[in-house]
Amino acid sequence: MATVTVMLDLKRLGDVRAPAGFAERVLANVGMADSYAVFETVLGRVYVAWNRLGVSAAMRSKSAAEFEDWFRNEIGRQLIRVDPPADLAAKIEDQLEGRRRLRFDLRGLTPFSQAVLHKTLEISRGQVRPYGWIAREIGHPAAVRAVGTALANNPIPYFIPCHRVIRSDGVIGNYGGGGPEAKRQILSLEGVQLTRLQKLARSGLRYEGVKSTRIFCFPTCYHGRQVREENFVYFRDEAEARAAGYRPCKDCRPAVA
Amino acid sequence: MEGTDRVFERLVRDHQHRIYALGLALTGNRHDAEDVAQDTFVRAYRALATYPPERIRELKQKAWLHRIAVNVVRNRVRGVRPRLVELNGSEPDHGSGPEENVMRRAEIDELAARVACLPPRYREAVVLRHVQELSYAEMADALGQPVGTVKANVHRGLKLLRGDNNGNGDGDA
Repeated sequence: MATVTVMLDLKRLGDVRAPAGFAERVLANVGMADSYAVFETVLGRVYVAWNRLGVSAAMRSKSAAEFEDWFRNEIGRQLIRVDPPADLAAKIEDQLEGRRRLRFDLRGLTPFSQAVLHKTLEISRGQVRPYGWIAREIGHPAAVRAVGTALANNPIPYFIPCHRVIRSDGVIGNYGGGGPEAKRQILSLEGVQLTRLQKLARSGLRYEGVKSTRIFCFPTCYHGRQVREENFVYFRDEAEARAAGYRPCKDCRPAVA
Repeated sequence: MEGTDRVFERLVRDHQHRIYALGLALTGNRHDAEDVAQDTFVRAYRALATYPPERIRELKQKAWLHRIAVNVVRNRVRGVRPRLVELNGSEPDHGSGPEENVMRRAEIDELAARVACLPPRYREAVVLRHVQELSYAEMADALGQPVGTVKANVHRGLKLLRGDNNGNGDGDA
């Protein structure tokens, strides 16, 4: 073969184009773009976005276009629809069932919002906490409203269980993941006895104490699960509980011990 | 860091085809080409993140990316012969663009596989010169070799590709 032919052939090799989606895969690999897919979960169809740092967003959007729009506005990174990795669906199911804790990418949120969401992750399935509890636990006891805002803008509802934070007067409160009704539905699914909780709240009773241990808890704390109703005593506030000789629970921490 | 991200995105859009073609010519198949090109850009991204702004501004992007890609290939194939000719067009999920018809694609793949069979030092030289059309100065920089060595390797590489295997004589065909 003549040199010239070889050189012409080689030149053609240089005209090869990268396959479709190549640039997007690069951006995803360096963490500048996120991948997403839609999953059927216990909560219905959920659009989930993730990158190498973890799950970055989840929404029950009506369509892929709606999810993409929302993501670009809220998160600001690029988004690529992909076939989900084989094990991701099972991982998501486990996360929503409370059997696993996925990693999350909360970059782009303020340190305050990140603190609120990390604290929210500590609330176990079947339990709820008031907004003020989060505020106190992250060291900003006066920032109750700001906690509400941070939770309302939670980019990963369901996964980061902002539905487990409710008002201390027992009102379920608003919910970014589909309104108060969705919040009520998810909490019931997780085994929270909403009727009992709200009855107590309406009577102004915020804490339950156990007579034998002289410890007081939030009414959904798991320490109260095995206790019979006649062994409970209820309190309006911390002062009342302490006056009765009760100390706060070290797990649900209704007050600083 | 916002700025770096924007620079990087431009870099990817501007050079993706060139670097993918380089990967294909150096490895001989589209699967490894994607890996090499992806790896090249990931390394470029990590490097950019550590560079001061003036260094990023003065960067000769093309030569710089070629140097990274050559090193990626050298590191990954060290001691491993490149895969030989792929089963025709059986590469998974690397759909050809509409402009690349099947015949042309098969020819290209065969050519790439043939180039990939050259010994590494000739392959690198021939590919950078005749596929990527770099200048000898750029090549010397990307390969970390003196210009004279690069020129000689291009020459011998072409000779091997022509199928003219006998001897070291400099006579042209």
